[in-house]
Amino acid sequence: MRFDLILRVTAKLLLPFILLFALYVQFHGDFGPGGGFQAGVIAAAMIILYAIIFGLSAAKRVVPQGLVETLVPMGVLIFAGVGIATLFLGGNYLDYSALNHDDPAHGQHLGILLVEIGVFVTVSSTMTVIFYAFVGRGR
Amino acid sequence: MALLTLMAAVTIGVVRLRNLFAVVILGSIYSFLMASVLIVLDAVDVAMTEASVGAGISTVLMLGTLYLTKTEEAAPKHSPVLPLFVAVVTASVLIYGTLDLPRFGEPNTAVHQNVAPRYLSKSIEETTVPNVVTSVLASYRGFDTLGETTVIFTAGIGVLLLLKGRRKKAENKTGDNA
Repeated sequence: MRFDLILRVTAKLLLPFILLFALYVQFHGDFGPGGGFQAGVIAAAMIILYAIIFGLSAAKRVVPQGLVETLVPMGVLIFAGVGIATLFLGGNYLDYSALNHDDPAHGQHLGILLVEIGVFVTVSSTMTVIFYAFVGRGR
Repeated sequence: MALLTLMAAVTIGVVRLRNLFAVVILGSIYSFLMASVLIVLDAVDVAMTEASVGAGISTVLMLGTLYLTKTEEAAPKHSPVLPLFVAVVTASVLIYGTLDLPRFGEPNTAVHQNVAPRYLSKSIEETTVPNVVTSVLASYRGFDTLGETTVIFTAGIGVLLLLKGRRKKAENKTGDNA
């Protein structure tokens, strides 16, 4: 790995803002454009940028392969779990109104938030896992 | 119009160039132009997805693949007449199909008649989420989004199985040879 000073410094400056933007897209998705999918891709792009500039092993120290591999199914489980939770609370599957009986609209809001987190987790970890698999192969 | 002309120019570049590195970068530019077109069409959510996935992640994956292979495209072995014929026929069928589509933005089409007005008028009242795209995706069409997430999950698992499984086999092979 060559030591590219300008690239490294610029990347270090950019990385926190990319992550912040991902979180903004995630949690502001209710009000502006964006949501779990886009935020997940942006977060994965941050990890990938880190891996490109600082090397794959450095990236795997920050975001271990085992962790992302666990997170891939975890997001789907969060999504499906919200559905199961609404079943137990007396609603239909994925009927978020059941999450809050006093104020169904608030329940909807909560359900959308949780579900978007599930999408975020699966998308970002899947993108990272695919990138790790591609780059880890070597020639 | 300018955007579409640029996209056509980029496409011609992709077809004519033999250097795959340049082709990948042109593909990324194409995605960015597509994202701009989607912004012009007021589909900001889709534009965001196109810019991040099409121009960002897939370009990186393509470059990763190029690192593993050659960066020069091999000269074609067959004459281009038959593929050209197939492409022209498919394109004309598709263009013929668009003639039957309603005009862009036509308010009386089926898409704007059934559930869309209800989503638009009731979204804030029912979900308190001002971005209708989000409320339709996550709440009204929650089942679809769950399926979508499962598709991404399946894709990730599939890629992992393919790439990791092969590497293990290759390691075993070299072990046998030694």
